[in-house]
This record gives sequence, structure tokens and C-alpha cells, in this order.
Amino acid sequence: MKFDKPAGPNPIDQLKVIGKPTDRIDGRYKTTGRAPYAYERHDVVGNQAYGYVIGAAIAKGRIASMDLAKAKAAPGVLAIVTAENAGKLGKGNFNTAKLLGGPQIDHYHQAVALVVAETFEQARAAAQLVRIDYAEGKGAFDLAAARDGATKPEPKFGGPADTAVGDFTGAFAAAPVKLEETYTTPDQSHAMMEPHASIAAWKGDQLSLWTSNQMIAWSAGDVAKTLGIPKEKVVLTSPFIGGGFGGKLFVRADAVLAALGARAARRPVKVTLTRPLMMNNTTHRPATIQRVRIGSGVDGKITAIAHESWSGDLPGGGPETAVGQTRLLYAGANRMTAMRLAVLDLPEGNAMRAPGEAPGLMALEIAIDEMAEKLNLDPVEFRIRNDTQVDPEDPKRPFSQRQLVQCLQQGAERFGWSKRNATPGQAREGQWLIGMGVAAAFRNNLLTKSAARVRLDRKGFVTVETDMTDIGTGTYTIIAQTAAEMMGVPLEQVKVKLGDSRFPVSCGSGGQWGANNATSGVYAACVKLRESVAQKLGFNTENLQFADGQVTAGNRSVPLAQAAVDGELTAEDAIEFGDLDKKYQQSTFGGHFVEVGVDIATAEIRVRRMLAVCAAGRILNPKSARSQVIGAMTMGVGAALMEELAIDKKRGFFVNHDLAGYEVPVHADIPHQEVIFLPEADPISSPMKAKGVGELGICGVGAAVANAIYNATGIRVRDYPITLDKLIDKMPEVA
Amino acid sequence: MKAFTYERARTPAEAAAAARVEGAKFIAGGTNLLDLMKLQIEAPAHLIDINGLGLDTIEETEEGGLRVGALVRNTDLAADQRVRRDYGVLSRALLAGASGQLRNKATTAGNLLQRTRCPYFYDTNQPCNKREPGSGCSALGGFSRQHAVVGGSDACIATHPSDMAVAMRALDVTVETVRPDGKTRSIPIADFHKLPGDTPHIETALERGELITAVILPKPVGGKQIYRKVRDRASYAFALVSVAAIVQPDGTGRVAVGGVAHKPWRIEAAEADLPKGAKSVAAALFADARPTEQNQFKLTLAERSIGAVLAEAKG
Amino acid sequence: MNGVQHALELDTRTSLLDALREHLQLTGTKKGCDHGQCGACTVIVDGRRINACLTLAVMHDGDSVTTVEGLGSPDDMHAMQAAFVKHDGYQCGYCTPGQICSAVAVLDEIKAGIPSHVTQDLTAPVQVSEIELRERMSGNICRCGAYSNIVEAITEIARRPA
Repeated sequence: MKFDKPAGPNPIDQLKVIGKPTDRIDGRYKTTGRAPYAYERHDVVGNQAYGYVIGAAIAKGRIASMDLAKAKAAPGVLAIVTAENAGKLGKGNFNTAKLLGGPQIDHYHQAVALVVAETFEQARAAAQLVRIDYAEGKGAFDLAAARDGATKPEPKFGGPADTAVGDFTGAFAAAPVKLEETYTTPDQSHAMMEPHASIAAWKGDQLSLWTSNQMIAWSAGDVAKTLGIPKEKVVLTSPFIGGGFGGKLFVRADAVLAALGARAARRPVKVTLTRPLMMNNTTHRPATIQRVRIGSGVDGKITAIAHESWSGDLPGGGPETAVGQTRLLYAGANRMTAMRLAVLDLPEGNAMRAPGEAPGLMALEIAIDEMAEKLNLDPVEFRIRNDTQVDPEDPKRPFSQRQLVQCLQQGAERFGWSKRNATPGQAREGQWLIGMGVAAAFRNNLLTKSAARVRLDRKGFVTVETDMTDIGTGTYTIIAQTAAEMMGVPLEQVKVKLGDSRFPVSCGSGGQWGANNATSGVYAACVKLRESVAQKLGFNTENLQFADGQVTAGNRSVPLAQAAVDGELTAEDAIEFGDLDKKYQQSTFGGHFVEVGVDIATAEIRVRRMLAVCAAGRILNPKSARSQVIGAMTMGVGAALMEELAIDKKRGFFVNHDLAGYEVPVHADIPHQEVIFLPEADPISSPMKAKGVGELGICGVGAAVANAIYNATGIRVRDYPITLDKLIDKMPEVA
Repeated sequence: MKAFTYERARTPAEAAAAARVEGAKFIAGGTNLLDLMKLQIEAPAHLIDINGLGLDTIEETEEGGLRVGALVRNTDLAADQRVRRDYGVLSRALLAGASGQLRNKATTAGNLLQRTRCPYFYDTNQPCNKREPGSGCSALGGFSRQHAVVGGSDACIATHPSDMAVAMRALDVTVETVRPDGKTRSIPIADFHKLPGDTPHIETALERGELITAVILPKPVGGKQIYRKVRDRASYAFALVSVAAIVQPDGTGRVAVGGVAHKPWRIEAAEADLPKGAKSVAAALFADARPTEQNQFKLTLAERSIGAVLAEAKG
Repeated sequence: MNGVQHALELDTRTSLLDALREHLQLTGTKKGCDHGQCGACTVIVDGRRINACLTLAVMHDGDSVTTVEGLGSPDDMHAMQAAFVKHDGYQCGYCTPGQICSAVAVLDEIKAGIPSHVTQDLTAPVQVSEIELRERMSGNICRCGAYSNIVEAITEIARRPA
């Protein structure tokens, strides 16, 4: 189905099933421990051996020698895979560094060997017996030091490196009120709860992989490319994923090494990355240095705005696209953005939840707060004054929908923003200095082809098959809701099968595009199935109702199941998008409001209240959508207050590479969170009239925390995370 | 994890005798030992399971204190009504540590014997004098935000991670042990943990095979008992700085500080300055501090935390 | 194990967690970190919640272990499991079994009068409150960030008359 005109009325608008806060259909399996994750598939193939991954002990250089003799002789050892004995390997389209290193080492903990043994305990013990000598090379590990040598990157995701409109330099120089500040965000880790894991089994030249992956088709392709086999020879299955956040968009070492280990050991092999290996072995969100300059008239209207960002990656990698939102969020006639990329020899940087906008808004939305203060304007009002309903870099392009102002206004009212004292450091309750902060949330709505297959059986049950994944987002449920709405059956009569490379290729889970695109693909397939049903039942009108298990036109009503009485009906289709995203800018918006307390003695920061008001198209399931937003807000609190991969700049690695060292929020860090969705349906986005929401919640929330800390203390911190050591010397004297 | 043999000991003396074997180690809660064995930082050839020794009771002593068995779980020690009433600082310190799950398993003796959480100690690719004497200290000149600001050496700036031990230092507890030859001894907590010096791998006064059997809490000293733990996240994290304080109505008292040194940090002489306030106490406690650029903040933080605790004690 | 006696012959190095997941094929209990840093492996042993990753299976000869599978099944959920579904107290589901085992044990701990870090008065009886639940549940990390909903689920069960 081609989607190139705004959607008119369609069966989804009935909102009998769609739009309801339905419990997740997979919930009873997840809460009783019956949902099977990748490493747990005892059911799929017998005789599984265990692989244990060894990571490189240096950041850059070469393996001088490897001694496998002792390990090979250890009890239970079946095989040891290294680059030397693995045969010729390619590199996946989506990988920057090789997944099996050697002799060249590209980053710390790059996998260099897999030890396969009868048991996990044997494989782990034998791995300690592998002796590797390295010739250590010199690397670059410090972004600030590499900044001057950074170059203009090739455009990949996130548009061109540079944009410019009007005369920024002139307008900024002429502006009566100006801000120029530099902000930094650190490297961050996805730290999803399920470590990367795969089970591999060969049947002749056919490879089956049970793995944990967000993007089935990309990854089946990259497994094939890495191993040098045809894509058709790879079956990749990933029905349950224990969190991804971008860290499982791509094939990682567990999958490739399981396949190589299974080949070498001639039997199925299961491999998981150990937690201490994950943070340097896999990808992370790259650190940024961001310079923001804003010029404004005394009327509080922005006349000039510039955002530049520097980040680093391995050779061949890409930039953190931290300036993207600044191209679209606020009005202003004179503007420029630029991204520069330095070569760093740290582990590979890549996408993590809301790549670009998450760190970009952490900087921009502090800058906006600072500018409002310079103008003596309320920060909510300053944002409203600079709203734009068109793409400010290309005013011919309107936003398809843009309710940023409404989000901010409703949020301010709901949160009690008027009680905020604009002068920082004034509100106190006992030991706590109290502050409120606000920030805008912004994230684009991305459109991409997505296919599905639907089956109708003689009992009137509908089965949906697509290689789409559910990474905790609620995909199973919203796809079932879509099919139920389209086919007029109760939710219990829909079965959803996901995450299998034998199913039609979907958009996958990433970039908050999953819900809108995947359900649109299911919509397309259901439209086709409805046509088959109509034909089979002998209706020759377009004006058919599918409701309550019946197909009705005028006075004639036939049970839906009747259409499959001679055998299952199957329909397959994809949603394919025209140029509506060129004609219109499609984005999602929100307002984040946060209240913090800062301990007057120790500068410990605790979040007390959080509210997000979101405008993100039709909300397909308010219950799971809300969970997406609160989850992203939680990750945003982590980014604001604690998350940082600490770099050892001499040895070139992330030092705090486990969950004790890399702190993410725990229960005690997060208060009750409130989320409001503004009513919205965007017919320009898709037939579902929905947009993404899974990443919007993290966008801006970190800055709202930062601004609340400033309001509480009067101390402005521009380097994340905002830990107490950055405040303590400036805190007021206490008796 | 290297293969090991395993036995269950039935009496303390039997356990200590079994520990004569080269490479033998006791296991009780196991929450730190197994963590380290998985990384092969600890690699015992023989494990002696001491959970069956019956050292899991808290009894009153003739002196009016409590004898806490070595195997009393952190949860049970924290929840004991006598501890809550008379040794509040200890109960508070225990509850500030780890998680509910870990406290259910971790033992009194094991908590004292916790090893540092220095990330370089935990990464066997990196030089570490504590793990591999003579290999160097990666934290010096590396990532040292969490590390010791006082009492460190050129060989090691690791901190002791325990909360419980900080409170015990303020309470002046005594550690009772039995040695492989069957002899018992009492070690004052002040002498139990060592500073790193040139031998950071030697962390306690225990000799090979020596088994902790109990911790003796002296007669209650009263006063206001406070444990203040400061950390980046609100729970389930090691201290940046912690303060265990016992303050009497006349303003005198005791202060021990955690998160700043290779052992719970207490200087009795500094306590004379308690009535004068946190600045004087901190100046005396940290007169010989040698912080790194990354952990210098701990000095200000410790002073301010002591100040907050003294204010709380007054209020 | 969940009321059934099992005889296993294991490598001494096998953790209780791996005995469950790899030998008994009870994979409801999750391995998130294998180092006691996340709580995904929380099980209830002799009435107490512990991290199954940091204990050896051989040390539990004769103990009674309850895992998430023992609490309920998809067609017969434990009240806490049903409350998690109702309040959407999970997303990816990987930390969920640990959260649920922990939640069940936490309510017992409060009933037993065990204090926590946030208990105001150590000598007074312990009350259920959101702040108590947040502190006590802090050993169970949820990277999806379902905390707000999890606490609502547990609160509902805590307030329900027994």
C-alpha cells in the first residue's frame, strides 16, 4: 500500500480497540517467567555447548601471539575460535569495528576469541588459560584533545553535517541579548538488562540463530555478510528482547561467535556477553562537546541561533547528531548548525535511545533556560514566544502537527509552575533546596517501509506475522489491537508472531518509528485481507463493516470465519511512504516539568516530581505508550544525574564497565511520574494517524532536571552528569 | 573460575584446621567472594563452607554488650531490637549498604572482609598492586573519583567499601577469631583493617586460616547515633563519603568516616574538636590528605557531611 | 524447587542461578549481570529473597527455593503477577521475575518488622509506604524504567486485605 496522500476516515478511527489502555497480551508470560529470551531456548535445539568470549586487553595495537594450548587441553573444551582460525570474515553494513578482532585490535574488549566447552563453567575456566601477548599501539582517547582535529563527516543518518540560513554571524553580533556557552555530555551505555545473547545451530549450510535483536532483516543480512554466506541461508529469531535502546540494533559478537563456534564444535553453541564485557565490547552513545549561541531582541524573539557539536568515533564511524533538533525547534531568521567528527580509538559509538536529540536537547534546553533568564522572561513564555509552525530552515514546509505551545501551557498549569520562584536558591524545605525546571521535548517522526502477513482461519482467528520486534515497547499488543480493529474481532482472537526472519520485513524497532510504521504495515495487510474476505463472501461493495466477528453490508451479515471455511485466507502487504515527510515536517513534541531537591549540606540531588505532556499523534495504547514515556524519563534522569562511562585516557577504555560502576537510576531515584497525552491524530503521518513516542520522553528531560537544579541552587552546571562534586564548592555555607 | 574442592565444616576449630591447606578459603554468604571468583581475582583451590558452624546468634555479654556471631546476616543484625535500640549507628549503616537481597545473604564477618570495589582491581587486564603485587596502580593518574583521599600510598589508593565497618569503628568493636592451631584471639577493630603502604594486598590483621567467630559490641555508650551515607544515586551504591557519629548531649562523641580511605577512617584525637564543629574535626581528620584532582571534592563533602550530622545530633 | 524435590549432580562451580536456568531449565529467573549488581536473578530461598547469581548451588542442599514460576503460571497468576500486568509494571520483561520475587518478599519483610534505610524510627513498627517500597526495591534495576508503575502494583497488593 502506497501512502502518499493524507489519510481519510478509515476503520482505525472506530477506536473500539485502538486507543484503549489494554493490558499487554504478552504480560502473563513475562510476569510468570514463561516468555523465552534468546539464551533460554532449551526448546529449539538439543546438545547445546557453551561459548565464552574473551575481550582484547588493550585499546589499540596488535596481537603479537596467542597460546591456546593450555585452554585446548582444559576439561570439556570443544573448540576455540580466533581470527586466525575462523576463516575469512566480512564486516556487517552496520558495524564499524570487526566483531572478531585480531591480529589488529580496534578497541578495548573487542572480542578476540571464543572458547567453546561442554559447560559454562568449563568454558569460563578455560578462557582464563588463553595467553595473549599484545603489541600495544598509540591511540586517541580524549575528545577535548581531538576536537581541533575533527573534520566534517559524510552525511549518514540525521541529515547533512552543516546547515545555514540567513546571516547568523551578523545577526548574532547585532543582537542586544546574547548567550554563548559550551556544554558537554559524556559517553553513555544502554545497559539493557538482558545481555546480548545468541544460540547458533547449523544444518548443513543453513544457519539458525536465536538471538536478541531489534532489527531482524538488517541483522540477518549482516550475519550473512560477516560469515560470507547467502542471506537466504540465515534464519534469525528474536521473539523476546530484554531491552535494547539501540544497543541491539545491530549484530554483535555474541551472534557471529556463536555461529563460528557452532561450526567449529560441530554442534549448537550458545553465547552471551558477560556484563563486564558489554560496555566496551558493544556500542555506546558518544560523548559530545556542544557550543550554543543565541541572540535575541529585547522582545524575547530569537534573531540568531547556532548549535555546533563535536563527537568522536572509530575510523569509519559517524557523529552523534546532536544539532538536529535545533534545525527545527525554535524560530529565528538567522541560523546555523554544524557537526564535526574526531577519530577516537574508544569502543564504537552508535545509536542509543533518541540519538542526536537526547544529548542535543540536554545542551540546547539549558541554553534556552539561560537565555530566558538573561531576558528576564519566564522560560515557558520564552519558548512559546519562539514557537514556529513551519520548518525554520525551509518555511515552505509546515509541521504536520505541532502542539508544543499547548504541551508547555498545559504542563505549566498542571505542575503548578506559577509557584516557582524565578530567583534561584530561594525555596527551602528543611535540609532541601527546592527548584523547578522545564524543557521542551522534540523528536522526529520517521517513516519507513514495513510489511506484514495476516491469516484468517476457519475459527475466525487472525494471525499476524511480521519480523517486527517487541523490545518492551508493547508491539505485540498494539499490533493485535490494529488487527482486531481492522478485522472486527475481539483482541483474544488475534495471535501475533514477531521477530522471525522468515516473516515479512518490517521497519524493526528503532528511532521511535516502530509503533507507527509496523502497525501501518499490519493495517495494509489487513486491508488486503478484508478485500479477500469480501470477495470470498461475495460482497461487491466497498462499504463493508467488519465488527463483532461479522462482515456486514446493508442488511446482509456473514460471520467472518465463513470466509475461511474452505481454508485459511492469507494476505501480505507493506506500507510504503510517498513524500509527505518531504512536504511536511513530521515531529513529536512535549513539555517536561521537573522538581528537584538539593541537599543543602551535601548537594545530593533527588528528583521529587516529574510531569511530561506529550503531543505525538494518535496514541495506540495509552497504557503502554505511557510506560514508554516514563521509562524514557527515567533514563533521562540517569543521564542528568549519574550516567557516565568514565574514560581512562591513558589506556583508552571505559573503566566503570559493570552495573556497580556505571550507575543507572534505581527505584529510590524515581518518584511517581505523570504523563499527559494531548488529543491528536495526524493523518499526514500514516493511516494509523499515529507517530512515535518511545524516545520523546527522554528528549529534553535531562535539561529540565538541570534547570531545576539551577533554580534550586543558583549553580549552573553545563557538564553532564550533574553530580554533587560539581556543586559542592559553590553550595551555601551551612552552620 | 578455577575448579575447587568443597567441604562443609561442622565446628569453628574444624574449619580453621581445614584452612591449613594451601589455597583454601572460607565461604559464608559468598556475595563478594563468588563475585571475585567469577573474574578469577580470587581463585581458591578449596572452599570451606562455614554456614553450618552455628555462629549465627546474637547474645548478650557479661559486660553488657552483644556478641554477634560471625555468620549473623546483615539483615538480622540490622533488625535486631537490641541493636536498633542501643547501637542505632550500626543498624543504620547496615541498612544503608547493598540491597535487601545482598543483606539477606551477607554475613557480619564477610562484610568486614569485603574487598575494594576499585574498578582497576576488578579488571584483570589492568595493573593493580592489590591484585598482583608489584604490577602498579592504575587508579593513580587514572579514574580515581571514588578513591581514597587519605591514608593511601604510592602503591594503592583503594577504599574499603563497607558501611558496617565504619559504624563498628565508631563503636570500638572487637573481632574474635580462631586460628588453625585452635588458639583464639581478640582484635580491636582499629587494628583489624590495614592501610595499604607497600603491601596493599594485605588488608587485615588476619593470618592464613584464621577464622572470625564473632564481633563483640561493647556496652552501649548511648548518645545520638547517626549514619549518614552520601552517594550519587539514592540507594544500592557505594558511598562517596559516609559518616558514623555518636554524639553525647554535651557535644562530645566519636566520628568515623567511610569512603575516604583503605579502612574506616577515625582519629580519636580529632574528636576533641567535636564541640568546635565540623571544620575543626575535618581539619584534624584530613590533615594528611592527599587527594587526586578527581576526588578532592570528598574533603569538602566529608566536612559538610560531618557538619550535617552534628547539626542533626543537636536538633 | 517450587515444592518439588530435585536431585542434581553439579560442578561445584555452578551458581544457584545456572543450576536453575541451565540444569532445571527454569529460565524465568534471569541473568542480568551475574555479579549481584542488578537483582534480575532474585529468588526466594527459605522465605528470604537472595541473588541466585552469588551463591553456589551446592550450598543449597535441602533448601526450599521459590522462583517466579513457583509463584504462578500464565493461567493462574499470583496476585502480584496480575498486579504487574494491570499496572504495566514492566516493559521488556527481563527484570520482571526478579522484581516480582522481590516484591513478594518485601511485603513479608515489612510484615516481619525489618526496618530499611528510610524507616524514620528504628524502634517503631514499620509501615508500608511508597518511599519504603522504593528503597526496598532498589536492588532490582529496571532499565526500561517501569519503577513508577511497579510501585503502584506493589502498593495495590500491600493495601489489599490479606
